[in-house]
Amino acid sequence: MERAVNEPVKAGGSLLPRLQRWLTPLIVPLILLAAWDICVRVTGTRLIPLPRDVAIMLYDFTFGGIYDDAFSKTIHIHFWKSVQRVYGGFFAAAAVGIPLGLLIGRIKLVRELIDPTLQILRPVPVTAWLPLSMIFFGLGPNAAIFLVFLGAFFPIVLNTTFGVRSVDHRLFEAASMLGCNGSSLFRQVVLPAATPSIFNGLRLGHGFAWILIVVGEMTGVPEGLGAVIMDGRTLSRTDLVISGMIVIGLAGFLSDRVIVAINNRLLAWSPQHHA
Amino acid sequence: MHEPALHRSARPTLAVKALSKRFSMGEQTVEALRDVNLTIGKGEFVCLIGASGCGKSTLLRIIAGFETASAGSVEMYGLPIAAPGPERGMVFQDFALFPWLTVKENIAFGPRQRGLPQSKLDEVSARYTDMVGLTKFANYYPSQLSGGMKQRVAIARVLANDCEVLLMDEPFGALDALTREKLQQELLEIWERTKVTVIFVTHSVEEAVVLSDRVVVMTAGPGRIEHDARIHLPRPREVSAIDFNQVRRDITQRLTSHVGVKAIPAAA
Repeated sequence: MERAVNEPVKAGGSLLPRLQRWLTPLIVPLILLAAWDICVRVTGTRLIPLPRDVAIMLYDFTFGGIYDDAFSKTIHIHFWKSVQRVYGGFFAAAAVGIPLGLLIGRIKLVRELIDPTLQILRPVPVTAWLPLSMIFFGLGPNAAIFLVFLGAFFPIVLNTTFGVRSVDHRLFEAASMLGCNGSSLFRQVVLPAATPSIFNGLRLGHGFAWILIVVGEMTGVPEGLGAVIMDGRTLSRTDLVISGMIVIGLAGFLSDRVIVAINNRLLAWSPQHHA
Repeated sequence: MHEPALHRSARPTLAVKALSKRFSMGEQTVEALRDVNLTIGKGEFVCLIGASGCGKSTLLRIIAGFETASAGSVEMYGLPIAAPGPERGMVFQDFALFPWLTVKENIAFGPRQRGLPQSKLDEVSARYTDMVGLTKFANYYPSQLSGGMKQRVAIARVLANDCEVLLMDEPFGALDALTREKLQQELLEIWERTKVTVIFVTHSVEEAVVLSDRVVVMTAGPGRIEHDARIHLPRPREVSAIDFNQVRRDITQRLTSHVGVKAIPAAA
């Protein structure tokens, strides 16, 4: 009996390589921090704070007790508002985008009906929708959610369509000779075969959702990480602006890890789709 | 299906009658098969052999029901074939396993379509996983298997679905020589044990002579049957034996005669 290829390799191993795996990604951020610090000191600019000042601001933003102003100890409020809007828009985009993508991929009439319109709407930058979305939804969170929805929708619907369209034709032949037809063909072959593409779309869309929440919250909402950045700008509080940027970066990163973890679990069969 | 069961054994398992197939490619029409007649009995091991373009794969795909004939018909137990069905199981060169299913789930795929209960599915998949010697790998995904193992799964998958005619389209073409030889032996053992009818497409004369009861030589332009030879060599067959070589030379000659190429003995 020949050996199976691609035997699953257990993660972990000895301490040193594991330490290395954790430390390597930290090198570049540390260099950037150092460069930032040096540049500010050398130029003597007062427009950009030192990393240390941003750290203090972040601490105050999180725990309070330093500046005791309108932003002290408010991170959870802004964070929670943004998360709700990001996921509200993202889940709405998935709820519409995945079924629509499946239909476009499977049914010729739907494809001919909808695909050209999508292709025309797709290149329009989502930020260009901002004025219209404010007219549609007024000043407030709904306009932001709508932008997030639009940003996440296109990658999800396009990748889902692609996944359905690119199922290996042999698999349909194999399924039909094994007695699998009609709606069970869709459930047992098309859907699982398209899953890697669907997840690609979800991951891309989720990234866009975090980008667009800032744009969305820059107009007329009192709370949210985007609003914090906008307030920081108005008040010339660059430390606050950078704090907001860091929180968004971390939040986007962590919530991407969640999607990747779900992806890896659902797609254990397909090592090349592991992110 | 409405025929009395009694008459079945009296009929050939599979009959290809005056079969023609034309493809249109743009303005051109390609005649892939012209007036092919072939009758295959129950439990026979038949190899279709020929150069590329002779229509052997097309013939197999029409028998499988993946493609329709332009004229003529294929009948199984006297009933015309119109669509793919579980009684004709195809084994593809590129395996075509469902990558999201484990070995045992792939094997149970066909029976699952018939709505068997889970306990029965487990029993069937365990039996056929064992038949192809993959019990240890039952919970592996195809991406974790070697080519030879994948092809064993593909064979078990159609056998588990009670296939009566095993259609194999250059099934070992993508495998290395050692694995190929091993799988040929395993296929022969499975064939002897299950008495399934096998139609095996290959372009290797040696493979055809090692395996089959009957070698059908096809030629191209348009695809048709050139020669139909019974192989009377006793099994197991030894490829270096003198009588084996004789048969191989004969068939190689048939294969190359129509293009005017001198047969090169033992070079197939």
